[in-house]
Amino acid sequence: MIRITPELVDAERGRFAVAESVRSHEGDVPLAVRLTAVSKRFPGVIAVSEVDLGVAAGEVHVFAGENGAGKSTLMKMVAQIEAPTSGTIEIGGKPVSHQGPGAARELGVSMVHQEFALAPDLSVAENLFIGQEPGRFGWVAKGRERRNARELLARVGLDIVPERKVGSLSTAQQQRVEIAKALAVDAGVLILDEPTASLTEGEGRELFGIIGELCRRGIAVLYISHRLDEIFEVGDRVTVMRDGAVVETSPVSELDEARLVRLMVGRDVDNLYPRTHTELGPVRLSVSGLSRGGQVRDVSFDVRAGEIVGMAGLVGAGRTELARSVFGAEVPDSGTVSLDGKPLRIRGPADAIAAGLGYLTESRKDDGLALQLGVDKNITLARLPMWSVLIDLSEERELTQRHRDNLRIRTPRTSRPVRMLSGGNQQKVVLARWLEAGAEVLFCDEPGRGMDVGAKSEMFAELDSLASQGRSIVLISSYLPELMNMCDRILVMRAGRLVGEVAREEFSEERIVALATGAKDNHE
Amino acid sequence: MSEQTPTSEQQPTGGREPEAGRGLVRSLSDRLSGAISQVAAAGALIVVFIVLSIIAPSFLTADNLFNLGSQTSVKAVMAVGVTLVIITGGIDLSVGSVAALSGVVGVMLMATFGFNPLIGVLGGIVIGAAAGLVNGLLVSMVGLPPFIATLGMLSVARGLVLIVTGAVAVFGAPESFRLLGQGVIGVVPIPILVIVVVALGGHFVLTRTRLGRYAYVMGSNSEAARLSGVPVKRHTTSVYVLSGALAGLGGMIAASRINSGQPNFGEGLELDVIAAVVIGGASLFGGRGTVWGSLIGAFLVAVIRNGAVQLGINTFYQNVLIGVIIWLAVWWDRYQRRKLGADSG
Repeated sequence: MIRITPELVDAERGRFAVAESVRSHEGDVPLAVRLTAVSKRFPGVIAVSEVDLGVAAGEVHVFAGENGAGKSTLMKMVAQIEAPTSGTIEIGGKPVSHQGPGAARELGVSMVHQEFALAPDLSVAENLFIGQEPGRFGWVAKGRERRNARELLARVGLDIVPERKVGSLSTAQQQRVEIAKALAVDAGVLILDEPTASLTEGEGRELFGIIGELCRRGIAVLYISHRLDEIFEVGDRVTVMRDGAVVETSPVSELDEARLVRLMVGRDVDNLYPRTHTELGPVRLSVSGLSRGGQVRDVSFDVRAGEIVGMAGLVGAGRTELARSVFGAEVPDSGTVSLDGKPLRIRGPADAIAAGLGYLTESRKDDGLALQLGVDKNITLARLPMWSVLIDLSEERELTQRHRDNLRIRTPRTSRPVRMLSGGNQQKVVLARWLEAGAEVLFCDEPGRGMDVGAKSEMFAELDSLASQGRSIVLISSYLPELMNMCDRILVMRAGRLVGEVAREEFSEERIVALATGAKDNHE
Repeated sequence: MSEQTPTSEQQPTGGREPEAGRGLVRSLSDRLSGAISQVAAAGALIVVFIVLSIIAPSFLTADNLFNLGSQTSVKAVMAVGVTLVIITGGIDLSVGSVAALSGVVGVMLMATFGFNPLIGVLGGIVIGAAAGLVNGLLVSMVGLPPFIATLGMLSVARGLVLIVTGAVAVFGAPESFRLLGQGVIGVVPIPILVIVVVALGGHFVLTRTRLGRYAYVMGSNSEAARLSGVPVKRHTTSVYVLSGALAGLGGMIAASRINSGQPNFGEGLELDVIAAVVIGGASLFGGRGTVWGSLIGAFLVAVIRNGAVQLGINTFYQNVLIGVIIWLAVWWDRYQRRKLGADSG
């Protein structure tokens, strides 16, 4: 039996030794986390299926896979936020039953989510000890709190006074506070969910330094990541998940980027995407040098009549921001947008709509639909049929019924509140709105989100028919099969920039993932 | 037709409905949900009216009913404006103070500057609209929460009233000014006519104009409205201007009833007005509300106040009663929404 001693986990090479020893002696090593046949079922979905896994103390174990592969659900079970449907989870050698995040704290498991759970108006010290303030009888021992805080901040390499308000810190600093907060419970297992998603490259690198330091102290780090480059930089071992199951676990030293990409995306592509091909017309929309607030940087592209152009990229790559900037939801800092060769002056969505643009937002609920109002009122929202200064109610009734029939929106009456419709029908209502507004160029941001397979394929059939009528469509999606089947061309964004364009003949998931993650294109 | 209005339209047949069986029930309850508050309020109004007619001999007399009508008209006119604001998801706390400001300025225009009553009344309305414009700009351009913007105006307008009048009531409007609050055409009191005109106008604005439509949309999802090209700021401002103008009109009616501009008029009136709107089924979360509902609410509040006076019940108890009714109405609203699984708000 091998004991993991500080000597063994010493320095860079030590981390490697741990991984090696875990691999060759799995079963003998006292593992920080051991999962046996862990599954999680939600109604109608198996989110995690029969996962067996061990993570050693002092190891950085990366979990990779596409959106919805089950990584986050698995981590939430380790953090005791979700209970497994079956299987056992052992932490520090002891089997645990689900008792909520409070119990996880006692076990020494902490999770840092992508969304920080900090109180911006409280001080750093106060945030670090929320729920476990030092002191007794309801009194907070301020002095002790500050001392402990300073010590924790030093461990995460944060050189700030504990009295600072959290709200005044940068994102990277807030994340360090989150990590320090996680360590405040004497964590032996630290779970980080895509911690670099909101960091710059330099900040990310610093974070890796901190993580290395924590590992040397024997903390097991479970690290969810989408980004190939950092997997190789920070990880000791990688577990690739797909459709809820573990595809492979291996030391990063035995993988290269191309193989990792194949493991992540290797799945049969369904034929759900009714795409007919038509002759492309002339260029309709032309975007040039568009920039906005660091999220969109100097982006230029054209879309032709009858064309469906895909936008691929990781979450946060700036695709939504790009669509919003073109559409005038946010006013761009610089750049021009022209339609049919005429430059547009877009000061807000109203100008974009008048010019013939439309934007199906990413979230129907948040910024797409007035859920309490009827199908009719939602359809005519962007262009109300008017009779002088009055709304022409009979015209409104007629045209909404026409759209309902054309798009097969399943509602008995058009006055029914849209919140009572299914996701697919809601999306059709938004689509009808843009058709009614006369949109010639349509930005569709994750149009298939939250829909079942049938509704999705209907939606895509609709987009296809719009394109074949000569409209132009920009399709933003994080699901590559959608893009590869529907699009004539795919543009790839990374960190606000357009980093590549892939023509239909050259479509390959590996190629697009490589571009989106910044991996070197070396698989061919 | 707004969605709150129940219609005799055919029920869905199920068929291709995704939630066929439950669909029918949900659809029914959905269509009633908005109306349920109004039906409940109308029921309460009728019950209170009948009970008062029986137990308070002086209630069901021509004099008292006339009085009731003109009392109600002040609140009802103001409630129509506040309904519009609440539908957008906002609130107008300043209507009581603004009504007082309009009242004293309007009376001063007539008494001190010798303008004819028509100009006086219009002047009062314009003053109200101006206060509403300030509210609207504070909300839409400065970005203050409606509660804060109008709370400030509540204080500012009251302060202005006291400055302008020196805290002394203003008298001396010509005799003909009394027609607005006390006159009769045929057998119909003029204040009742004013209610009818304002309510029809308000209903028309809500159901047939861009402003009304956009009010519902902004209250339901203001970001969706913005991304659909709705000029959210302009329409938000307009809604507060209308509310201010109608508060001004309410102030003029009140001034006409008492034939003077009273500096302390309308203290706490905003609560009765908001209560009326909420009792009438408008949602403080925005997106729902009707003029008819608010009208019923205004009558209910006025009848309770009037009846309490007839029965010799102290004002203090009236206040308690009105407060309890506000609780009940909002609880009812939330309960209905939760039952329908509308949203978590």
